[in-house]
Amino acid sequence: MTQNAEHVLDHFELFRGPEYQQMLANKKALFENPHDPAEVERIREWAKTPEYREKNFAREALTVNPAKACQPLGAVFVAVGFEGTLPFVHGSQGCVAYYRSHLSRHFKEPSSCVSSSMTEDAAVFGGLNNMIDGLANTYNMYKPKMIAVSTTCMAEVIGDDLNAFIKTAKEKGSVPNEYDVPFAHTPAFVGSHVTGYDNALKGILEHFWDGKAGTAPKLERKENDKINFIGGFDGYTVGNIREIKRIFELMGIEYTILADNSDVFDTPTDGEFRMYDGGTTLEDAANAIHAKATISMQQYCTEKTLPFIQGHGHEVAAFNHPVGVSATDDFLMTLSRISGKPIAKALEQERGRLVDAMADSSAHIHGKKFAIYGDPDLCYGLASFLLELGAEPTHVLSTNGNKHWAEKMEALFASSPFGKNCHAYPGKDLWHMRSLLFTEPVDFLIGNTYGKYLERDTGTPLIRIGFPVFDRHHHHRYPVWGYQGGMNVLVKILDKIFDEIDKNTNVPAKTDYSFDIIR
Amino acid sequence: MSLATTESVAEIKARNKQLIDEVLKVYPEKTAKRRAKHLNVHEAGKSDCGVKSNLKSIPGVMTIRGCAYAGSKGVVWGPIKDMIHISHGPVGCGQYSWAARRNYYIGTTGIDTFVTMQFTSDFQEKDIVFGGDKKLAKIIDEIQELFPLNHGITIQSECPIGLIGDDIEAVSKVKSKEYDGKTIVPVRCEGFRGVSQSLGHHIANDAVRDWIFDKVNPEAKPAFEPTPYDVAIIGDYNIGGDAWSSRILLEEMGLRVIAQWSGDGSLAELEATPKAKLNVLHCYRSMNYISRHMEEKFGIPWCEYNFFGPSKIAESLRKIASFFDDKIKEGAERVIAKYQPLMDAVIAKYRPRLEGKTVMLFVGGLRPRHVIGAYEDLGMEVVGTGYEFGHNDDYQRTAQHYVKDGTLIYDDVTGYEFERFVEKIQPDLVGSGIKEKYVFQKMGVPFRQMHSWDYSGPYHGYDGFAIFARDMDMAINSPIWKKTKAPWKDAPRPSLMAAE
Repeated sequence: MTQNAEHVLDHFELFRGPEYQQMLANKKALFENPHDPAEVERIREWAKTPEYREKNFAREALTVNPAKACQPLGAVFVAVGFEGTLPFVHGSQGCVAYYRSHLSRHFKEPSSCVSSSMTEDAAVFGGLNNMIDGLANTYNMYKPKMIAVSTTCMAEVIGDDLNAFIKTAKEKGSVPNEYDVPFAHTPAFVGSHVTGYDNALKGILEHFWDGKAGTAPKLERKENDKINFIGGFDGYTVGNIREIKRIFELMGIEYTILADNSDVFDTPTDGEFRMYDGGTTLEDAANAIHAKATISMQQYCTEKTLPFIQGHGHEVAAFNHPVGVSATDDFLMTLSRISGKPIAKALEQERGRLVDAMADSSAHIHGKKFAIYGDPDLCYGLASFLLELGAEPTHVLSTNGNKHWAEKMEALFASSPFGKNCHAYPGKDLWHMRSLLFTEPVDFLIGNTYGKYLERDTGTPLIRIGFPVFDRHHHHRYPVWGYQGGMNVLVKILDKIFDEIDKNTNVPAKTDYSFDIIR
Repeated sequence: MSLATTESVAEIKARNKQLIDEVLKVYPEKTAKRRAKHLNVHEAGKSDCGVKSNLKSIPGVMTIRGCAYAGSKGVVWGPIKDMIHISHGPVGCGQYSWAARRNYYIGTTGIDTFVTMQFTSDFQEKDIVFGGDKKLAKIIDEIQELFPLNHGITIQSECPIGLIGDDIEAVSKVKSKEYDGKTIVPVRCEGFRGVSQSLGHHIANDAVRDWIFDKVNPEAKPAFEPTPYDVAIIGDYNIGGDAWSSRILLEEMGLRVIAQWSGDGSLAELEATPKAKLNVLHCYRSMNYISRHMEEKFGIPWCEYNFFGPSKIAESLRKIASFFDDKIKEGAERVIAKYQPLMDAVIAKYRPRLEGKTVMLFVGGLRPRHVIGAYEDLGMEVVGTGYEFGHNDDYQRTAQHYVKDGTLIYDDVTGYEFERFVEKIQPDLVGSGIKEKYVFQKMGVPFRQMHSWDYSGPYHGYDGFAIFARDMDMAINSPIWKKTKAPWKDAPRPSLMAAE
């Protein structure tokens, strides 16, 4: 196989040619000091055993392939959900390059965010000057309506005080006195990106509701009929938030989506780059205090925000990334109860269609075993949907899930006959999952892009649901919430199941008797 | 659509100078003064590009740069495949850089090879308060137990490590002793050090010097019999297989490649490199330090080369051959001749589709100049370029060997500047990174990622050039760029400049 101008060979073909294969074999044998292949094989097999699993689960210090990121990522995710808002992360600049890349790789969209670019001198003297200059530059260059500040771990370790710094920067004229600069401390060594989401959202609401860090009177709540909606950190934010808006509109409920980043992560290609697009208006963010209730779709993304809101007199309700029939039922009934509006006929029909689809297909899912990993709420939502389908969510693992989450998961398992042999694994990583998949195999794995390594190593087919999904395109445009979202998840699962059956029945004259045209 | 082709050099220079003046207006005075030093219009005959570089980025401007950790773990150390690289500190750094750079390798991942894995100490608050040294020691024990075939360990420091006063060197020494002299390399690449990835490269190079070279027993029997034709590839990270499509050419001309730094590299290769007769250096920026060290300490000469595009490849093959005897010189000619028909066919196919097209680049420390020849082989013209983390010696090389009179130069460009420059110059293609890609595509400008090759590659060597040419054609001549304006909207103005 040699390169050819007419049919250009890509990396996946080129290096399989004999010239390259020979070259790579020589390199290995002569220069790489390789282990004896038999020894590599022995260790490879050993790493599949219960004995290895035991050692693996005995780990106390090392984390391998975790399924979580750090706080500021969640803070950036929240900030871009407000109209004309630029996230400003106080600390090292490399972090911001990482958040931007990470979000761009998932959404295939621009991701705008600035850093205060603290370096060694700032580590010694503190980052006040970086804040003063940084806010002035950001304000002048990018003309944001709001700058939402969070922190990297560097600024947290040296103890920079955002409240005082922002105040000083305003005194020095970096931005006008009345300009909105909400902030949140988001140390990377506490919690994960979902914690950062929580802190940042709380910081913004606190800013608008509780007197803008002492620079304005606190807002006085005058209850109205609106409902606030919080999505949480969500890789499907584009599709999900649009679906939620449709549901609210179908039911005739007045609503405010807080941190609505569904447009900024889905801007058109029409000749114009929109650094800002859509988002919760600052006015709506402030007026959200008057809402009668606030709903969070992800309990573990709003552990501080929701009590804060409740403290302002709202009724609050938290869900766990509801997917499927019952979880959506609960969500809609809560909406209906709070708003006093009946569940729309159109939604009833959609419910019926989802039940219809599940009835049509359940024979293919029933009794199948699944492993799931991801953020705590997503895991819960998917596991409950699988139980509805008669499937068994055998291993449910969340690196950023805590003990409380695990108890909640176990209660969910206990609520269904299909949950009998299922277990939750809080605080574990994907190397633990690898041992689980080898020692207690399942039929399918649900997780983000990194699950492809588990799929390769263990042969467990991967259904990509989660964040990030880097290696498949546009999934984030389709909702997983609401009955229609449930339909999308169902189809995704079914497609993989059928693809696997076909893949396993396609050897002519050997397995092809099951290669059916009708399933 | 390009303006450059219809304008004289004088006009282009005037336009570019005006553009610089315009973008500077947005900044507060102090910032404008600082940024002005990083922007310039290249004057032919000058020894450098007339810009300051390797200085601190300005807070709040949206620099494209990363950090020292990215330079060490992400670039230099991460690809060494048989060692385990611990991202030491909180979880994020390792997570965001996990398998993101496509450093291809051959090996059994998780067993004897570890490149596409994320090992982290996942610091919690208590580790910050009480220090992480004990945890690190335990991590090394756990690695030894669960990944027994690893050939060594590196500790890639994240920001907190240097701030809380951990002594990772002491832990490394103790653990190395405990495990029979195992290679354990502490790297002080905390993200706040320096001004960009660049210092991380330097720190990583120094760590190889101090913790690998200095520990190799010079009396030990070599793992292989040396030959007069032994060379090492330095500064190729094997993105999409770049080092492989380079290595094959060196071997075809009669040389023997004893080490790859660091794409598809191994600890044994690092250790063996002082036995090379010549170090051939692709990414000067990230690995000139260790090349200079080997020259001083072991007397190994080094030679920069450029394997982008047939013109530069031929020039480089001859330059490398000049260090050797006639056998190798003939070998270089043989290789050039062998691939000539392929190159002719590639150029015959793609040049007519790309002739006269203009490109603006903004990449890391090598490609803002190295790829210019490859574009020129296709009849294209680079009208603007700049380095994310280049130093003055990079701009000297750029000025003396690569860019044309009047080229717009932008060092550590800010998001705002880059956007304005592209909007006004309207190049046919922008080549930069993931953070820039979608910005320009939204504007309707074709784009290729020039760090990751947009998940394609290799682009190095003759085999790579065919892919490069195909990809540039695919980007520029994609029918989608004709659809960005709805047909019921007004046609775009033919020239933004003229409209002003």
